[in-house]
Order: sequence, then structure tokens, then C-alpha cells
Amino acid sequence: MNYIRITNHQTIPVSDIPELDYNSFFELNTGIIIDHPERHCVNYFGYHVDNRIKLICCIADDLTHEIYVSSCSTAIQTRLQAFTSKLLCFEKFEREIHENFGIDFVDHPWLKPVRYAFNRADKTKTIANYPFFKIEGEELHEVGVGPIHAGIIEPGHFRFICNGEQILHLEIQLGYQHRGLEQLFLTKKSMLQRATLAENITGDTVVGHTTAFSYLWESLCGYQASRDVHFSRTLALEMERMAIHVGDLSGVCTDIAYQLGSSVYGRLRTPLINFMQEWAGNRLSKGLIRPGRNQFPFTSSLAKRLTETFNAFEPDFNEVSDEFFKLPSVLSRLERTGVVTSADVQEIGAVGMTARMAGINRDIRTSHPYSLYPELKHEPILKHHGDVYSRVQIRKLEVNQSISYLKTLISQLPEQISPNADLNKPKANSFTISLVEGWRGEICHCAITDANGEMLLYKIKDPSFHNWLALALSVRNNEISDFPVCNKSFNFSYSGHDL
Amino acid sequence: MFELYKIVFHQGKQFIPNVTTAKVPGIFRGRPIISSEKVNETELVELCPVEAISASPVSINIGKCTFCGECALRFPGKITFTTDYKISTNERNRLIIKEGDEKPVEVNPDTVRKEIHRVFGRSLKLRQISAGGDNSCEWELNAANNVQFDMGRFGIEFVASPRHADGIVITGPITENMAEAVQICYDAVPDPKIIVLVGTEAISGGLFADSPAVDRSFLDKYPIDLYIPGNPAHPLTIINGLLDLTRKKELNRQTK
Repeated sequence: MNYIRITNHQTIPVSDIPELDYNSFFELNTGIIIDHPERHCVNYFGYHVDNRIKLICCIADDLTHEIYVSSCSTAIQTRLQAFTSKLLCFEKFEREIHENFGIDFVDHPWLKPVRYAFNRADKTKTIANYPFFKIEGEELHEVGVGPIHAGIIEPGHFRFICNGEQILHLEIQLGYQHRGLEQLFLTKKSMLQRATLAENITGDTVVGHTTAFSYLWESLCGYQASRDVHFSRTLALEMERMAIHVGDLSGVCTDIAYQLGSSVYGRLRTPLINFMQEWAGNRLSKGLIRPGRNQFPFTSSLAKRLTETFNAFEPDFNEVSDEFFKLPSVLSRLERTGVVTSADVQEIGAVGMTARMAGINRDIRTSHPYSLYPELKHEPILKHHGDVYSRVQIRKLEVNQSISYLKTLISQLPEQISPNADLNKPKANSFTISLVEGWRGEICHCAITDANGEMLLYKIKDPSFHNWLALALSVRNNEISDFPVCNKSFNFSYSGHDL
Repeated sequence: MFELYKIVFHQGKQFIPNVTTAKVPGIFRGRPIISSEKVNETELVELCPVEAISASPVSINIGKCTFCGECALRFPGKITFTTDYKISTNERNRLIIKEGDEKPVEVNPDTVRKEIHRVFGRSLKLRQISAGGDNSCEWELNAANNVQFDMGRFGIEFVASPRHADGIVITGPITENMAEAVQICYDAVPDPKIIVLVGTEAISGGLFADSPAVDRSFLDKYPIDLYIPGNPAHPLTIINGLLDLTRKKELNRQTK
């Protein structure tokens, strides 16, 4: 076998990952995915090993619940046949490797910079002169938006090529949020510093990223979290999912000028995040999740408060949703707007909600289960039209689903609160992968340690990394005035992408 | 139509009548208090992930603090976080809370630039710039405008263009890639103008202070008018900070 099969949150010696020559590596990883819709690339990255670059590719298989890991060693200045020439889903990963190490990928359709990382190979490329695509033609015009947008959101540049009001092409240029996060995971040595870094990857997915980090760290240190820790993480993950979905429903209403929905959904988010503050002291759950620790045990009085919160929340949420989903003036803005076909989603390897809105069943909670999701017997919610309406429906239905999961969870509170554990040092020369389904989709953290157990590489992949392309595809042939609602219906992360 | 009225009726009263005295629910981590208890100070200082704690006497710089609360969990007798959300100030040294300090963190009215009261006292339009922020302070700034916190009632609003703004609000440590855009945006705001820093990352760089991808030179060039700490800053911290700066407490009393 030329790859190793591992499960989610498993630690293996780096030497167990088979090292192939590039041709076999290429054939293996493209061959695994072609004609296998149940498989997709969760991470593909490189790192320096003795003046060479080691490439590691991780392919997740949803049916076997395993991850296939293989590697390849290559010289620094080299030209390699791009995976992307066969499969578009490797597009971003290869661009990142090109940007960081200068490896040229032959037959890559657009080997452009990803985020202008501070440690990029070619410092002459700067964010001010990104090579945008152009189309010549007297009838066409370009619209540039950003990096600073009209609202209070993160920075990114959108370049539209339009024919009148119609968008022909959108190119999204990111990198403005790049803070050198992965490098800081290596230089900041304490567990608390790293957990805090994970919390700050993106402030809308605090629980998702910190949970991914925590499982990774625990696995690397050979520690098994106890039930109450799993319990808190599952609960917090679903609360975060609900809060963001409700907030984004408000945003969608704002973007189609539906004032009532905007106000009501906007205020309905408050009790959910205020509950997180009651539980852990922070509205966005910062400080709640730590490896080996149950910082804020979930008590029966908190369970009572959560029940009260839901009792007040549910009738109002359902009432406004019933109205929202039947108003003709709302539906006419959502239906058949911003369509991404199932085939496109499959081709670009999109994950999470972005896959599920086009009928593709991709959800780490069922495919690579963790925490208490096996007990909850999670069934992903699928929609099939790939339009704004499908995305908005998924958000509404996932809120209802999360409430029912949370009610089940708090009906059986963990009886024992485990004492805080002091974790061992991370194992030496090891590789760990951690997948967690955040509200946007699959979060993937990978770590590699050196002979002393020190961190050699920390690789973060937010679901937005491969999903941003879905937004660019969704707006084609739409009116440019529909861009905001398309954008908000996905709500991808800038900081999670730029790191 | 009847359905719409029903929905409106079912919302009840959502707005917070008095944003200066409202209580926040639960165990919110706001202004810390440090007791005189003897502890192993080296251990305490080393615990902090962002070097916000200094020893002899123990003090916490809430401009650096990420409000993770770890120090209060490990040294409960020494450090407690109160639910006091009014922690914005216009002077950097007021962000340092020393052992025994129990007084609130406030704007010093004597050092506020005089034109701020006169020009922005009744209306303040701000342009927000996210410069490497993690989107948490952005969520809270948006929340400050929702129907509950309703900052708009004080005449404080966020606008789309710097040309319409009276100042800029920066979130995030200011990345190298965003540095030029911050400068261009600031230059586009007409005088007189203010600079407000929201969140730990903007005030001190937080965990990213020593990151090679960050360029904070913009902040050395201009006076900073308001620091709003937090990770993220709470909407009430934001609103009270801006009100204190522009002295709109009188206005607030009238709306009670």
C-alpha cells in the first residue's frame, strides 16, 4: 500500500507515512478521488525538510471513515505536473505551495498568489499588484470593491467583470488579514498561547477551531478526553452553529431590504450568545475550550437556563421564519439566485454547508465522527438547488436541528466532572490530523513534531479555503446587485483563509 | 398584514433603556481586580499568554489582556474579573490595573481633544476598518447597532465611505498587507477626525504583537483618541466608551 489509512484525531509516527516519487504521488492522489464522490482532499501542504520540500496529501473517505495520507519529497526549485490539471479541487492547495516554496506547477490554470504570506518565496509579488484576469471588449466594464467594504466586515478585494448589470466573472483576492498565524503556533510555546491562537483564527468559529486544536493536542500528547469534556464541546459547537446561522439570516434580510426579518433575527442571536457568556464569560465562547480541561463545567442550573432560553427563542424564531419563507417578495430574491450546481461543487471540492446546499452529503459529524455526535446519530440536512434559497433553508433547518440535539444532550448531563489534567509533552516525530465540522464546514488542523516533541509544522485549513471559489461561481450571470445576498448566504471567512 | 403585526407584538420591548447602567448576564469578564494576597508572582506572570501581567506590584494591562480568564481560574484569590464593562479610556496608562485598584476605568475629560466635544458631541459618524481582526470585534460592532443596543439613538453610526466619516475605528493588529489601505482610508476622512482602537489586537497587537506579518507603524504617527479593550469588546463597552469620549451622558439621561 502506498498510503497509510488513519482515522480522525489519530497520531502516527511521521515515518509511517509512505514517501513516493512524484509521479506515483500524482497518480495515487488524483486516482483516489476521480470517480469517487465520497472522497475529497482535506489538506495538502508542504514543509521544509533538510533543503527539500516534503509534500503531504490527506484525502478523506466518507464511507470508510478514514483519511488516506501519503507524502513525497521534492527539490525546492522544481517544476511539477499540477494535480489541478486533472482535478480542480487541488487548485488552492497548489497555489499555496507555489506561493510558500516557489514550486512551479505545470498546467495549473491560474497559479496566482493566495494570501501574500510574509514568508512567501517571491517577495517581489505584493498585494497591490495582484494579476487579475481581464476580458477585452467595449461593452464590458470592471467593478472593483474593497479591500475595505461598505459594512463592518473583514477586508478582501472583489473584481467583477460585468456586461451592463450582469456579472460575467468575479475574481476574489484575499490576503489582507494575513497575521502569520501558522508561524506563531511554532514560536509561541505554551499550550495556553496556542489555544488562544486557535481561538483567534476566526472569531466567528471560536469553538470550531479551538475544538479542532484541542483534539489534535490531546491526541499528540496521548490523552483521551472524558465524557464531560466531549459534552461541553458538542454543546458549544452546536450553540455556535445556531448563533451564526441566526445572525446570517439577519444579514440576508438586510441585503434584500427586509427590515422586519433583519431586526428580529438580529435580536434573536443575542440570547444565544448571551447564554455563552453566562456559561463561559464571553459572548463568542473565547476561553471555554481547552485541551484536557473542562474549564467551565456545564451544571444543571445552566441546563435550566438553556431550556428557558430555548422556550423563549423557539416560538419567535419559528414565527418569523414561517413569515420569511412564504413572502413572495422575499422568495423572488432568493430562489434561483446565486446558483452553484452540484457538479461544480463536487469539482471544486467544496465542504460543509456549501456542499450540502447542492445535494452533496459531506459532513464530518457523520463521516469522521468525534465528540458525542455518534450518540446523537447526526443526519446531515441536504438541499438540492444550490441557490441562496437552499442555503438560507439549510441555516433555518440546522438551527432547529441543533436545538433538538441540545435538548437531548442536556437531558442527560454528565454525572462526573473530570479533574483538570496536565498533559504530557507532545510525542516526538509524530503527525496528527484533526477534523471538526464547524458551522461553515470541515476544519482541518495538522501538526508535525520534531525529534524533541517540538512543533515543526502547524497547518490550519478553514473550510473557506476551498469554498471561496463557490462564491465566485455563484454570482456568474447574476445581477451585480445580488452580490451582497449571495455573499452573505455563504458568509465565508477572510481571517480563516488568510491566517 | 395581521401576521406582521403579530410578529412585531411578540418581540415585546427589546431595547436596553439605559446603556450606562444595564447589567450583563452571567460571569462576564470585564474590569479585573487584583487583591493583595501573596502568590507566586513569577508563576502568575508566566501563565499569561500575552505578557499582560507584571509583577511587584502585580498589575494587568487590559490593553494587552485577551480576557481568557486563566489567571483568575488558577489564582482565584488574587485576581477576579468583575462584570464592569465600562473599561474604555483615552489614555494608555489608564489601561494598567494595579494591585488594589478598585476604581473604574474612565475617559479623562481633561485630555480629550477639545474639538471632539464641540464637533462630535451630538453626531458621530465612523468608518470601521478591519485590519487583521478575527471578525469577533466586527460582530460586536455590528451588535452595537442592533435593536437591543441601538447605538444609533445617540447619533453614533457607521458609514460606508470615509468621506462621510468623522473618524476611523480600527480592529485587528494591522497586518502588513492592510497597512496601506488603513493609511488611504484615514487620509480620506476630512479633519477634524478621531482614531478609535477596538479590541486587544488593535490596542497592543495582542498575540500578534511580535508577528512578522504585522505592521503597526500607522499608530505611531497619530494620536489615539479612544481605547476600547476586550476580546472581543462588548457592545456596552463600545457604546459607553464612545459616549464618554463625546460626552453624551446628558443625552442618555433624557432618553431614560
